[in-house]
Amino acid sequence: MYFEMFKAFFKVGAFTIGGGYAMLPFIQDEVVEKHQWLTTEEFLDVLAIAEVTPGPVAVNTSTYVGYKLKGVKGAIVCTLGTILPSFLIILLIVTSLWKYRNNPVIDKAFLGIRPAVAALIFTAVYKLARKMDISKYMLVISVLTVLAVAFIDISPIVVILVSAFGAIGYYKFKENK
Amino acid sequence: MELLNLFLSFLKIGAFTFGGGYAMIPLIEKEVIEVHGWLTAKEFIDILAVVEMTPGPVAINSATFLGYKVGGVLGSILATTAVVLPSVIIIILIAHFLSKFKNSPYVDWAFKGIRPVVLGLIVSASISVAKNAFIDFKSVIIGGVLFYLISFKKLHPILAIILAGAAGVLVY
Repeated sequence: MYFEMFKAFFKVGAFTIGGGYAMLPFIQDEVVEKHQWLTTEEFLDVLAIAEVTPGPVAVNTSTYVGYKLKGVKGAIVCTLGTILPSFLIILLIVTSLWKYRNNPVIDKAFLGIRPAVAALIFTAVYKLARKMDISKYMLVISVLTVLAVAFIDISPIVVILVSAFGAIGYYKFKENK
Repeated sequence: MELLNLFLSFLKIGAFTFGGGYAMIPLIEKEVIEVHGWLTAKEFIDILAVVEMTPGPVAINSATFLGYKVGGVLGSILATTAVVLPSVIIIILIAHFLSKFKNSPYVDWAFKGIRPVVLGLIVSASISVAKNAFIDFKSVIIGGVLFYLISFKKLHPILAIILAGAAGVLVY
């Protein structure tokens, strides 16, 4: 089990290019679809926690999933899996590959890889949205979030906190009625 | 002493950057260039370009890279450990807390409110990635074809990245 966990997150660490949400389709593929360690709802909850806590989203997510599966030991195993590929690749680059960094073939490959990363993230959104059975009011909140974060530049942390307390207020009010 | 400073700097970077990845860069820049003078601004930009191209979280890559520059392999181990340590501790505490309160209606309500927001955040992230990725007609075609293959033909994400790299070399 520990080896499976390590392997899953090692793959996430090894193929996520660009950092941040670029790792999301890979984590979703391993954790939700292949191994079913989390449901779609749980996966979104983990992302919310990863976003409001400091540190890289990929590290936060792997620690959380690891803890949920096997406690502190699991958290360490999954986190090591995520960071080890980067660590080894960077060491390889600084010690021997640094001189190839201006190679034109690499630049061309990256012109192709960037749209692929965008396509992967769009796919992740599509898959999550399809599974969630979204109500009209949820869609309104999602659209408002995009407007606030992508176009007005409001911090994601503020949006998450407002919606969390807003939802608690709303359900409490409904319960008391 | 230099190694202790390195460890403390990256502990700070790990503990105070929210949102991950690129949000860390300004703080890394301040610690590494202004406070400690480990690198020049030019070297820092070169390193960022390489970090962006290598797989893995940007924060981890930067820490490993800068750690190596300051203190060799030991430096890279210290910096990388320091940058993840705050996250790991905070997340374990939260996961522990949430597992105790998982039957509380308040936790349940809060997450019900947050889920559509997270979906919106991912869409926002994809918009900012798309802005840098879709620079011409060719890149839109590559992105569109891959979206179709991944979503409807079950193309594996890892294979998609490899194919996209090959396509880039061919068409540019």
